[in-house]
Amino acid sequence: MATEAHGTESSLAFHPMDQFRITPLFGDGAVHWYTVTNATLWMGLAVLGVVLLLVVGSRGRSIVPSKGQSLAELTYGFVYKMLEDVGGKDSVRYFPYVMTLFCFIAFSNILGLLPLSFTPTTHIAVTGVLALLVFVFVTVLGFVKNGAKFLELFWVKSAPLALRPVLAVIELISYFVRPVSHSIRLAGNMMAGHAVIKVFATFAAIKLIAPVSIAAITAMYGLELLVAFIQAYVFTILTCVYLKDALHPSH
Amino acid sequence: MEGNIAELGKYIGVGLTAIGMGGAAIGVGNVAGNYLAGALRNPSAAASQTATLFIGMAFAEALGIFSFLVALLLMFAV
Repeated sequence: MATEAHGTESSLAFHPMDQFRITPLFGDGAVHWYTVTNATLWMGLAVLGVVLLLVVGSRGRSIVPSKGQSLAELTYGFVYKMLEDVGGKDSVRYFPYVMTLFCFIAFSNILGLLPLSFTPTTHIAVTGVLALLVFVFVTVLGFVKNGAKFLELFWVKSAPLALRPVLAVIELISYFVRPVSHSIRLAGNMMAGHAVIKVFATFAAIKLIAPVSIAAITAMYGLELLVAFIQAYVFTILTCVYLKDALHPSH
Repeated sequence: MEGNIAELGKYIGVGLTAIGMGGAAIGVGNVAGNYLAGALRNPSAAASQTATLFIGMAFAEALGIFSFLVALLLMFAV
């Protein structure tokens, strides 16, 4: 690497992608599947946050809700209504799963915005497992509920007969691409936002443009807060759409 | 100046995939813009369509994500 040739770039205080590095929490050995890492810590904190919100929030069960209780009720009602609107009445049975997904993703996204924190959802390994679980769950559910009729999802009845085989191929591809786009959308959005903030943060070391870059960090941070929520929302609503497809496969 | 030509091509390719993300940006903007146009004409129907808005955005974005995927594959896998 010829770092001298880059001029100002070589004076970057840190690398923007360093924040995504997985490091063991205790000591610095190799990372095995059982090693407690910073990813484990922040996933645990996300779960703790969900527990705090929902268990502690709903403890009072008062008619006039406290602040915590109304926040918990708001979250519950928000996800419930989303599932009912998109997935239909009979998808409400799977509400616990959808609620779990939303809460976990929303909390790990938002906790990841704390300075010096780590965002588990920036890793495709994490989002990939979430998306694959949804994919397998929805496919199995579709076959269990509808049997072979589930394959009607790929046989578009409303299209002319000559077009249907072509559409079937396209639908089949788009079905199997679902977990890919589902996981990379979340990981990509979170990673890109965090990396942009860090890139601006490296510019803050240059005296001339430091005020501009700090203003940019502030603006990006606001946008990131929005993105953190919207991406959790999008992930959940797509899960609802896939659930609806599994329960009512005929177009 | 040193380095190999394959490395050069790789990074040019990664840069070119950014055009794909631009296409996704146009698509998402189109969805949001049309939603807003519709919502201003009939504000009472707007609230019931926000879910559709986000689903449409997600699908428009998906194809941009594939170009991002290609960029990632080029940078880290190839």
